[in-house]
Amino acid sequence: MPQQVPRLAAVFAVAVIGLFVARSLLVPDTFGDLGHYRAAAIDTIVAHPKEYAGHQECTMCHRPIAEQRAASNHRGVRCEVCHGPAAAHVANPLEIKPAVPRERDLCVLCHAYSPSRPTGFPQIDSVTHNPRMPCAGCHEPHAPEPPVTPRECSACHGQIANQLAVSHHAELNCGTCHEAPKEHRDNPRAVRPTKPAERSFCGTCHAADARSSERIPRIDLRSHGQPYVCWQCHYPHYPEAR
Amino acid sequence: MPESPDTIERDAERTDSDSVDRREFLRDLLGACSAAAPVLWWGTVSVPAAAAQGATAGYDPTEHRYGMGIDVRKCIGCARCVVACKTENDVPEEPHFFNTWIERYVIRRDHEVDVDSPNGGIDGFPPIAEPATVRRTFFVPKLCNHCDNPPCVQVCPVGATFITKDGVVLVDEGYCIGCRYCVQACPYGARYIHPEKHVAGKCTFCYHRLVDGLVPACVEVCPTGARIFGEVEERATPLARFMQFNDVQVLKGHLNTKPKAYYANLDGEVR
Repeated sequence: MPQQVPRLAAVFAVAVIGLFVARSLLVPDTFGDLGHYRAAAIDTIVAHPKEYAGHQECTMCHRPIAEQRAASNHRGVRCEVCHGPAAAHVANPLEIKPAVPRERDLCVLCHAYSPSRPTGFPQIDSVTHNPRMPCAGCHEPHAPEPPVTPRECSACHGQIANQLAVSHHAELNCGTCHEAPKEHRDNPRAVRPTKPAERSFCGTCHAADARSSERIPRIDLRSHGQPYVCWQCHYPHYPEAR
Repeated sequence: MPESPDTIERDAERTDSDSVDRREFLRDLLGACSAAAPVLWWGTVSVPAAAAQGATAGYDPTEHRYGMGIDVRKCIGCARCVVACKTENDVPEEPHFFNTWIERYVIRRDHEVDVDSPNGGIDGFPPIAEPATVRRTFFVPKLCNHCDNPPCVQVCPVGATFITKDGVVLVDEGYCIGCRYCVQACPYGARYIHPEKHVAGKCTFCYHRLVDGLVPACVEVCPTGARIFGEVEERATPLARFMQFNDVQVLKGHLNTKPKAYYANLDGEVR
């Protein structure tokens, strides 16, 4: 055997063994068991403590309130939205109590007017809406009711009401153009109010021969904008004519 | 190789402590390695079998496949989800660290698009400037899309971020080296470097809640039901119904990341 073979073999052996030694030292346990990662990391992540108990836990002890809420307009608003994380309370119900918010600043997080909110969502202007009164004084948070006031449409359709108030149609009531069934208030998405279906409805004021104030803009219904209903082009809550 | 007389002389001049020459060093190293190798090799083979296999008792990740539906038209921008997420997952309080956040889109009549998300929406949104020029405006909740083909996992140099059998992209905080490749790679801006732990942070779909049958904290607290969580492939789940009856889009689908956050009523301007 040539003299260099055993030496080279020794060097190769050192390299191979060194590779395994380095690998065993550097590659962590459970790496590659489930994929190219440490399987044990999942156990660490799963062991993270929970802060939010989940509404099922609340219902086990607070059934009457849960049932009241489940039948109300706040049926989708789970307990911990307003009362905060309650896992600690579930673990130690007597000593740790969840928050019971009574200030106005919690309700307005959802119910303050914002034009970016979907229309139909109940919104108020917290500056002008019964200032300094706690919301719960008038509205039961576990079963809130839409208000019965002359401006009841604007309680949910604030954006429309705001635009209408500064438009040429400001003097028209919602009921002039829309019929809102009573069920619409209970189930707003399922039961919708009506919209004018005929061109002649707008024509009662805007047709060339209409008996209305001379300052109202007139059009010829037969030639203008066929075959569309007026509101398919014009936005009646904020008509563009100035 | 015979040693020359002067080599022997030089060796003789050294003290014992520094007289290890190359040959002796290699011989010792070889000996040490051969002695240690069988022990260590046995260790690497046997230890994983004894250790935990990344599963919780009673939970089989192969039976699940999670995704989230988001109905943009239901979001009221209250940011309760952002607060709940920070509380549940110990996300730093200060701005710029979010697992989920709310963006406000304002689309002007001249097609200009303004997007803002001050502190993720937690402190509310300031009034819109020049409201008369607004054509439409809405809120969009954002979070990690838990892609089936996640670029963040692909770029991680150490295997510290991964996708589980049930389709959730997670970070191994004990193994992450904080190199920020994944933060750069994520096309949705869903990752950040935790300021104290110095590792990547992101949405976990509240994985610690999923294994116990709970929904993520953001879904638990969404007051309008804008977030729908469930199985992507199972039949009778709220998410399945959501995807059946809505026109569903994903964000940046052209990047082939195969996201599992499904948006309904999404405006074309949302990126």
